Amino acid sequence: MSGPNTDYDPVEVTPLKAEEVEAARDAALTAIAGAQDLEQLKQVRLDHAGDRSPLALANREIGALPPQARKEAGQRIGQARGAVNKALAERQAVLEAEHEARILVEEAVDVTLPTDRRPVGARHPLTTGAELIADIFVGMGWEVAEGPVIEAEWLNFDALNLGPDHPARTMQDTFWTEPAENHLVLRTHTSPVQARTMLTTEPPIYVVCPGRVFRTDEYDATHSPMFHQVEGLAIDEGITMGHLKGTLDHFASSMFGEGITTRFRPSYFPFTEPSAEVDLVCFVCRGVDSENCRTCRGEGWIEWGGCGIVNPRVLRACGIDSERYSGFAFGMGIDRTLMFRHGLEDLRSLFEGDVRFTTAFGSEL
Amino acid sequence: MKAPVSWIKEYVDLPADLTTEALTDRLTMLGLKLEAIETAGAGIEGPLVVGRVITMDPEPQKNGKTINWCTVDVGDANGTGEPQGIVCGAHNFKPGDKVVVILPGGVLPGNFEISARKTYGHLSAGMICSARELGLGEDHDGIIVLPEDAPEPGTDARAVLGLGEEVIEFEINPDRAYALSLRGIAREAALGFDAPFRDPVLRDVPAANAEGYPVVVDDPVGCPVFVARTVTGFDPAAPTPDWMARRLEQAGMRPISLAVDVTNYVMLETGRPIHGYDRDKLQGAIRVRRAVAGERMTTLDGNERTLSSEDLVVTDDSGIIGLGGVMGGETTEMSDTTTNVLIEAAHWDAVSMFRTGKRHKIGSEAGKRNERGVDPTICEAAADRVVELLVEHGGATAEPGVTVVGVPPEAAPIEIDADLPARISGIDIPAGTTVALLEAVGCSVSVAGDRVTATPPPWRPDVTDPYDLVEEVVRIVGYDRVPSVLPRRATGRGLTREQRLRRRVGRVLAGAGAVEVISFPFVGEASFDALGLAADDPRRNTVGLANPLSAEAPSYTTTVLPGLLEAAGRNLGRGAPGVTLFETQIVAIPADKGPAPIYGVDRRPTEAELDELLAAIPVQWTELGVVLAGEQERGGWWGPARTAAWQDALALVDRLAGDLGLEISVESASVMPWHPGRCAKVTAGDVTLGFAGELHPKVCHAFGLPERSAAVVVDLDALMRQAPEVVSGPVFSTFPVAKEDVALVVDEGVTAGAVEAALREGAGPLLESVRLFDVYVGEQIGEGRKSLAFALRFRAPDRTLVEGEAGAARDAAVARAAELTGAVQRA
Ligand SMILES: [Zn+2]
Repeated sequence: MSGPNTDYDPVEVTPLKAEEVEAARDAALTAIAGAQDLEQLKQVRLDHAGDRSPLALANREIGALPPQARKEAGQRIGQARGAVNKALAERQAVLEAEHEARILVEEAVDVTLPTDRRPVGARHPLTTGAELIADIFVGMGWEVAEGPVIEAEWLNFDALNLGPDHPARTMQDTFWTEPAENHLVLRTHTSPVQARTMLTTEPPIYVVCPGRVFRTDEYDATHSPMFHQVEGLAIDEGITMGHLKGTLDHFASSMFGEGITTRFRPSYFPFTEPSAEVDLVCFVCRGVDSENCRTCRGEGWIEWGGCGIVNPRVLRACGIDSERYSGFAFGMGIDRTLMFRHGLEDLRSLFEGDVRFTTAFGSEL
Repeated sequence: MKAPVSWIKEYVDLPADLTTEALTDRLTMLGLKLEAIETAGAGIEGPLVVGRVITMDPEPQKNGKTINWCTVDVGDANGTGEPQGIVCGAHNFKPGDKVVVILPGGVLPGNFEISARKTYGHLSAGMICSARELGLGEDHDGIIVLPEDAPEPGTDARAVLGLGEEVIEFEINPDRAYALSLRGIAREAALGFDAPFRDPVLRDVPAANAEGYPVVVDDPVGCPVFVARTVTGFDPAAPTPDWMARRLEQAGMRPISLAVDVTNYVMLETGRPIHGYDRDKLQGAIRVRRAVAGERMTTLDGNERTLSSEDLVVTDDSGIIGLGGVMGGETTEMSDTTTNVLIEAAHWDAVSMFRTGKRHKIGSEAGKRNERGVDPTICEAAADRVVELLVEHGGATAEPGVTVVGVPPEAAPIEIDADLPARISGIDIPAGTTVALLEAVGCSVSVAGDRVTATPPPWRPDVTDPYDLVEEVVRIVGYDRVPSVLPRRATGRGLTREQRLRRRVGRVLAGAGAVEVISFPFVGEASFDALGLAADDPRRNTVGLANPLSAEAPSYTTTVLPGLLEAAGRNLGRGAPGVTLFETQIVAIPADKGPAPIYGVDRRPTEAELDELLAAIPVQWTELGVVLAGEQERGGWWGPARTAAWQDALALVDRLAGDLGLEISVESASVMPWHPGRCAKVTAGDVTLGFAGELHPKVCHAFGLPERSAAVVVDLDALMRQAPEVVSGPVFSTFPVAKEDVALVVDEGVTAGAVEAALREGAGPLLESVRLFDVYVGEQIGEGRKSLAFALRFRAPDRTLVEGEAGAARDAAVARAAELTGAVQRA
């Protein structure tokens, strides 16, 4: 190793000769080109670009040159080192790419292997269906109201204009709790939630009430002692049947698709007057060439539920000024709605708890 | 209600080109919903003609039967004009009778093809038809014999038989009782097509006089009108005319005898139920009163009934002879020897009718009409119509006596704003239209300024309220004219916190691999036995059902588990290798506050009344249950399956609590249906949320689940109440962490939770986390001992820890653990 050059005589310094530098550079470039893998290249780098490589050593000698020679030597060595570093980087990139290509190929797996290690979960379509409906109404600025399933007879019947002698009471086969004189029932509809809302809330009221209801029906493919309903109630100044129609049309198109609207037919429900049955344009055939449609059985329409203007007697029993306010109410079966929306053949599939049924629907409907 | 189209048209002149579909469409839009259209004689094809029997020769057969070899004149219908030879097994006819013949090439219902065939030694070319063979009824014996004035032989018999006639079946809503009659249906058709209507009850009736059968009504509220008429000399053997029998059958009623058929026919025609008594069995004056509680009578269906003081009865000197308006009595029933008939046409209080029918479980055509409300003004006309038909077809003589007791109740006028129908429907309905339509439905209407007063017609007892008038107007204007407008004033605040949390719980569990189920909440003692609940377990104190569907499940459940565990067993039974199921069920316990009051409906209950009502309702809350049974992770090329175990249950609870930001703690508990040594009570603060762990082996067995199955039951309402409403954003340090592991040897009985708590306490504020990562039991540490290895992480919020700081904190933690749990640091 040479010490600092104190002699400013123009002396030749061997390593800085042009031919020496070029030879060192060429040797480096040859070694780089000859490196077959990253290991070899690492050694080449040490040998030809490391601290003890010829070019590095030569670089240190520059200081020993007279000032007038330093510039030229510096340039020469700088160019040589630049060429070597560039070659190294290029070779590094090439070898890395080769390495990656080989390793990644070697690491390939059979992606058709099963991966079902952890079974998937799911929420029940009746739950997610009720949520879907609730969200449609929440989107219109409504709220979701709920209530108990074991209910006072007065709230389930009397307050809704179904007096003890009302013929309609025989239409609903009710589960009574024991003893029956206690006037408690398993609610036969979610209407008592509407009654509770009216009893405790000042209008305007816009609530939708999804929930579980009970009737003493034998259990078969289309009947169940327990099923689910969604009812809606709007009480405000100036509410009309037009608002009812608009709301149900919006509900229908949100649930079944653009253009699916509703039709009203006169009907009878004690808690509404006027009352109507609601039919839905068949969302499968849309009423066109319905003859062979399995969903609507050729009708072009699907019976969906009941609705009407809230009977002022109900408003009165629930403490709402029927001179100032009017309201509308509607109700439909969630189970039935899902049955035709999803083509379910047997109502019982909803209540058997078979995971093969439920997982088909995932976690949102 | 079934109505033959021809019968409807008897009272209304409908447009000539009106199809039955167009008629039913319009009636449906008026509120009489089409159920079905039936066509009489559907399935009959080919030559069906009138024939006249020329000869009939009885020929006894070896099998004991006698057949008739007949020649029948069928005009030119057979193409030859020659008599047709036909074998007939029936005997209810004679030569000269006109009959109905189907010729070879014809088809009868059931795709029964007729051809000439050899039978009983003759070539029988066709068939003489019975009503049954034509699909016209089940109750006729023998072939159809047509009246002498039937058309000539060879004429197509379809028109003669009323074949091809359409019968419309309507679904009649409870408020439209008037449509349980041809009179009512025809009136609606007239309304729908603005067509002329001929009211069948508009007839001249003889005035009431003193010669009629004596009738006393003690209860004019229960029986406002009682009309009695008498006919004598009635021929009990007189047949019911074919047209009447056919109409009764078309309307779904079975012809029985002329006297009975006439009362039914008039009921169908007018809507007014009629009762006929055998007058010769009556003893003294008829009296209408309420029964004395405990009185007994036998109704004409043969059932003996014990009466209530609310039942209305018809009596004579012999005692009770009828349950007024609901069903007649046995003692005065008309029979096949009755010649003198007393006809009762009475108006009864609808509520009494409903209660009596319900009390005695009698559902009759008469009761159905009486309890829904019948026109009270038509008793005289209906009775007179019965008299007329008995005279005409039964050879009877009308007695001049006419008894009329009472006067029909009058409908109260209803006043509305003239624009109320428009305001409620949203349709532009001018006041003039409202008035015209109310008049069209039969109201008498007067107008004063903006107010309209309408008195409903007597056949519409259902119309009592202003909004009833609105419905009348709007249904005629047309529900299809209701506009579709969204209300714009709803200003809801979205889902409630509870509603959002419930969704969140479902998503967390589904995300953890659990599948939601929905089960019936009905349970019985066997369910609780299967859960191993002690006899005095409070969960056996259920809300019972007075009328359960099944005697095995007579109660509303107090726990989510039975249905949930059954669903798990069902899945495994169907071949699933394992399941994780969850359910949220509303559970209930009795309130034991006595009966829930029944209030009036003419005002809102007071707050105190409402409180009393709500207090009587059983206590209900939402319980969340999870069951984990069998494989939780499947076996495969990655390794073996992992089956459910107690810790899976606790892991789910942790996951749920973690998601909801809820701090929970667990401690050992011993509660059925869990394994006594593998059950944890889960608490948040001082509130018990529920239990989790392995199910008791007996419970697994009872529900068909593999041993080691695990379950969670949580009071979801309590869980949601404990969950923080708003999570505070976490603050954490980004300075380097210092890790220290310690292995502590403790007695077997010391819980990991206790050691961890002691470490936390001793470690001081620099401790970031403690996590147990190993449990070791073995010779190296001695009998009755275990080694618990914990990883401790230390970090300061504001600086890098200096050398020795973490070690010192660790030593303090170990010291505290030693002090509190006897832990010794493992060398
Ligand atoms: Zn369709």
